[in-house]
Amino acid sequence: MNLRRDVFQAIADPTRRAILLLLATQSLTAGAIAANFDTARPTVSKHLQILTECELLQQEQNGREIYYHINAKKMKEVADFIEPFRNMWDDRFNKLEDVMKKYKPNK
Amino acid sequence: MERKTKVNAEEGKHDLTVTREFDLPLELLFKAHAEPEIIEQWMGTKVVKFEGKKHGSWQYETKDPQGNVAFQASGVFHDFRPNEKITRTFEMVNASWGVQLEFLEFEKLTDDTSKLTMHIVYKSAADRDQQLKMPFAYGINIAHNRLQEIVSKLKQHA
Repeated sequence: MNLRRDVFQAIADPTRRAILLLLATQSLTAGAIAANFDTARPTVSKHLQILTECELLQQEQNGREIYYHINAKKMKEVADFIEPFRNMWDDRFNKLEDVMKKYKPNK
Repeated sequence: MERKTKVNAEEGKHDLTVTREFDLPLELLFKAHAEPEIIEQWMGTKVVKFEGKKHGSWQYETKDPQGNVAFQASGVFHDFRPNEKITRTFEMVNASWGVQLEFLEFEKLTDDTSKLTMHIVYKSAADRDQQLKMPFAYGINIAHNRLQEIVSKLKQHA
C-alpha cells in the first residue's frame, strides 16, 4: 500500500498526531505509548508502524526494549515544507473573501 | 479548528491540490478570478494584462517599495468558463522551475457558499517541491518589505 509511506497522509490521522505529540519530549516503548490511548494495542502498533515507515519515528534498541523517538529532521521537513505554502494561499483566499463580501457591482 | 485552505501534496508526486470553501456565492468567487482590479486586491500584485477567454493571456507584475520589479508571472488561458472552470498555464520569470499547468474548478455548495479546487501540475516532483519551498523565503521578503514601508511612514511623521 503506497499511501502508508505518504507523510502527509500519516499526519492527517488524529491518533498518529497524538502519538507524535506524546513523543515530542520523550522516547517511549510501544507499550508505554499504548498505555496513553484507549485504542487496542495492535491498533497503536499499526500507527507506530506507519509513522516509522514514513520516517517520522525512529526505533532505538535499548537492551531488550525498543524505544520510539521522533525523527526531528523529517518532522521539520514536513512542517517547513507545506505550511508556508498553505499559509500563503490561506492569506490570499481570506483576502479574496473579504474583498468579495464588500463587493458592490458598480454598473 | 478545521483549516479553511487545504493543500494536498503527496510525496514524490509532480502535482498538488489546493482546496478552499468560501462564504461567497459561486458567482462572486468566480468574479474574483475574472476581473483584474479584483485580482489585484487579493493577490497583492499588479495585473498588467488579462484576457479572460480561451487562448487569452495574462501577466502579473509586482514591484517592491523601491520600484524594482520583484515578481513577474504570465501564462495563457486554455479554458475560461464562467462559474465553472479556468484552465491556465503559469510561469514565473526567473524561477528555477518551468511552467506549470493549473486547473481551477468552481463549485456551488449552497446559495451563499462555494468551493474552489486548484489542481496544479508541474514538470517534475523536484519542480513542485521547489515551489512549495518558495513561500518560506518569499514570506520573509514580504515581511521585510512591509517593515520598510512602516518604517518609512514613521519617518515621514517624525
